[in-house]
Amino acid sequence: MKTGMVVLAVVALGVGIFVGRGFDRADEQVLQPPTTITVATPKVTELSNSIDAMRRGAALNIEPESLPLARVENADIKRGRAYPMQPPTIPHAIDSYQVDQNSNRCMLCHGQANAQNFQAPPVSVTHYMDRDGQVLAEISARRYFCVQCHVVQTDAPTLVDNSFLGADEILAPTAAPAE
Amino acid sequence: MIKDRLRSIWKLLNSPSRHFSLMFLTLGGFIAGIVFWGGFNTTLEATNTEAFCTSCHEMKDNVFEELKTTIHYSNRSGVRATCPDCHVPHNWTDKIARKMQASKEVWGKVFGTIDTREKFMAKRRELAEHEWARLKANDSLECRNCHNYDSMDLTRQSPRAGSIHERYLISGEKTCIDCHKGIAHKLPDMHGVPEG
Repeated sequence: MKTGMVVLAVVALGVGIFVGRGFDRADEQVLQPPTTITVATPKVTELSNSIDAMRRGAALNIEPESLPLARVENADIKRGRAYPMQPPTIPHAIDSYQVDQNSNRCMLCHGQANAQNFQAPPVSVTHYMDRDGQVLAEISARRYFCVQCHVVQTDAPTLVDNSFLGADEILAPTAAPAE
Repeated sequence: MIKDRLRSIWKLLNSPSRHFSLMFLTLGGFIAGIVFWGGFNTTLEATNTEAFCTSCHEMKDNVFEELKTTIHYSNRSGVRATCPDCHVPHNWTDKIARKMQASKEVWGKVFGTIDTREKFMAKRRELAEHEWARLKANDSLECRNCHNYDSMDLTRQSPRAGSIHERYLISGEKTCIDCHKGIAHKLPDMHGVPEG
């Protein structure tokens, strides 16, 4: 009985080692560096007509080289609006601005009460109204999360051509034809 | 009985040494002093490290996790602030004063005043207020240990930041913590707290 158990234990150990080594080998195979095929980043204009802007024309079995990370424009120069009622874009970085139940960092400068201290454009009075048109003392709950409408802009080159014309450009009288 | 005992102890301490030489006593006292002071300072510095702070799960799971996402933990130049850089004064006297206050924190640890996330969130405003009050009182000294206004090139800042610093910081009207609350950790419920 006792010797039987010892034999069983030895056999189990042997099997364990064998299986373990097998797994080791499997790991080794997985760890082999994947054959990466890097495609040179094509010029944006080259592929600007491609509908496949994100992959920039790279085949599906190829990992395209990623473009450098874009930086948020932080020049504090106000941008125009492309159409009436467009939420103005944010002309500065908003890294780690806390906007949640506890605090709204945007309102530190853009709140009606503080705007003059920071020379920031105050949010419109419509943002203080509830849905019944009642003006509240604080920013309305439905306008609380600024980045739902207002966003930063980055210096990333556009991936596709954009023929969008702002309302002003469309409505402007066409330039007199050159003589 | 006790009085007699105390009197005999006093007599022993008050009388000249019978067996030890003056040199032994002075040199021995000196060496013992070095050992004691070295030990004291080493312990003090050991409790003044991030590893020590985050050895408690209260710090590790709450505030330290939040710090990791901020610029004071990870940034382009690789210079970073650890817990004591901001939370413990660097000058010796102030440091000892803060360390004595910290005995309250040992009390809190022993009795588990913030040993769950919920307890921590409930107490967070009070804890934050202590830090705001401390930094307000010492004119944001721990900020200024690194962020020295005399070396601050406002033209290298974004125009917005530069003009605000020029307006409020140079005039001494505001101190760092007035505007820069919650830069290294998440803010508590800020209702009724004047910001900026």
